[in-house]
Amino acid sequence: MNTKVTIAGVEFKNPVMTASGTFGSGMEYSDFVDLNKLGAVVTKGVANVPWPGNPTPRVAETYGGMLNAIGLQNPGIDVFVERDLAFLKNYDTKVIVNVCGKSVEDYIEVVEKLGDQDNVAMLEINVSCPNVKEGAIAFGQKADALMHITSEIKKKAKQPVIMKLSPNVTDITEMAKAAEAAGADAISLINTITGMKIDINRRKFALANKTGGLSGPAIKPVAVRMVYQAANAVKIPIIGMGGIANAEDALEFIMAGATAVSIGAMNFVNPYTTVETIEGIEAFMKKNQVEDINSLIGCVK
Amino acid sequence: MIKTKVIGRVFRQDEIADQIYDMWIETELAQGARPGQFVCVYTKNAAALLPRPISICEVNEEKTMLRLVYRTVGTGTNEFATYHAGAEISLLGPLGNGFPVEKAAGKRVFLIGGGIGIPPMLQLSKEIKKAGQAYCELSVLGYRNELFLNTDLEKYSQVYVATEDGSAGTKGTVLDAIKEKGLSGDVIFACGPMPMLRAIKEYAAANNMEAYISLEEHMACGVGACLGCVCKTKNVDAHSHVHNSRICTDGPVYNAEEVEI
Repeated sequence: MNTKVTIAGVEFKNPVMTASGTFGSGMEYSDFVDLNKLGAVVTKGVANVPWPGNPTPRVAETYGGMLNAIGLQNPGIDVFVERDLAFLKNYDTKVIVNVCGKSVEDYIEVVEKLGDQDNVAMLEINVSCPNVKEGAIAFGQKADALMHITSEIKKKAKQPVIMKLSPNVTDITEMAKAAEAAGADAISLINTITGMKIDINRRKFALANKTGGLSGPAIKPVAVRMVYQAANAVKIPIIGMGGIANAEDALEFIMAGATAVSIGAMNFVNPYTTVETIEGIEAFMKKNQVEDINSLIGCVK
Repeated sequence: MIKTKVIGRVFRQDEIADQIYDMWIETELAQGARPGQFVCVYTKNAAALLPRPISICEVNEEKTMLRLVYRTVGTGTNEFATYHAGAEISLLGPLGNGFPVEKAAGKRVFLIGGGIGIPPMLQLSKEIKKAGQAYCELSVLGYRNELFLNTDLEKYSQVYVATEDGSAGTKGTVLDAIKEKGLSGDVIFACGPMPMLRAIKEYAAANNMEAYISLEEHMACGVGACLGCVCKTKNVDAHSHVHNSRICTDGPVYNAEEVEI
């Protein structure tokens, strides 16, 4: 039975990854999860300098999901390399570093600093965070802006580049095609859906940022639909995510056309979700006599 | 003690004041739990995803049970309040740093609890008494009106009470009680609503006292990964490299001087 998948020449032992921002750099969850079992650890977004993020409250629960407006708080690339990347060297898993910035130059600075880090397998470029005002999503909601930043990053990047797409667009296929045309090696989707919650007793927004990104099982059908549409619009591989809670959910994304999947908000609900999903996929393959996970990718047309 | 997610079993549960529930849970998490730490409690409702952080009120002598005393405020806590003896309850813990009990050595200690911030004071009071190093131990408890846990705390320390409506003890706040009774101390351990903690921070600074305060914030992961529950810090935080500290992991207890509240 083969659970290995390949994206842009990088081989993953299985298709299950962590979604950026929900797993830190793996350190916090290593009490619960054997990181060696994961297809990849996708790290929390990192910028060229430390970012303080947004005021609190930053998180709020919603029906079957949650809103967050962390605002990409991160310690900056230098600390990240010394501490987080060094920690991940102890594990036999692939590392994908999520990169954020406020300008093209910010992104390039991080991408260049990661160029000579040999345990970084791929870069995931965050052009879809809905919670920061400058940069980030400004690059991810217009096809020409997305093409521009993708091609600029591709010129400098030593590792294959994944562009992480926002669902907060009119036509996801247009964005997927723009990323592909500009040279992206893969795309990941969906980032969170912009939402809002109001505390009626306090007559205030639940989040200090007013709006936040909706994630969790509530968004899964939207994510599956977008992965399916993107998979049918581009040839580059797709990493699918959005509310995956178990192997059944992961397999939906794979059958819709994702080569790999990421577990996000459900890590908070059950810290063992990643490993249980891997085991569940293997059990499904055994039960249904599937020899190779790759035969399931995009099998539903 | 390493953090784990476990299934505990409710041993008993009682409503000890209006909307205040007292639940004893049989769980191995009791073995390593320290005063001021908390557990995340998961609902059985698939639409209510996130765990509810609840402070540890007490650990039994045999270290086989945790006591949680909480207020019902919404979907999660309303569900927990329906659990009877024998019910399974999903927990993650023990989480957070807890109170620095060793700071009580040789000192006159003030334990100050406000409302649903009172529960962690009980295990703290017990452990300070057990360590036997504090010079004296006073508990000052603030309530809206109805008292709870005050008789439990009386076993380990001298208890003073303040109520907003004046129905018991001093009418007013915990600081009003301290003033009225002419109490004094060297070190404060406190948990309660933010206005109370702000007042204590100011009071401690004005009186040259050390104060360790327990903060709360909306949490998602509970283990330091999501960066949802941060508080502002005076200095650049060693982990985050910005002026933010993760309450769930680096807190919830801070030296009052080190946080901007």
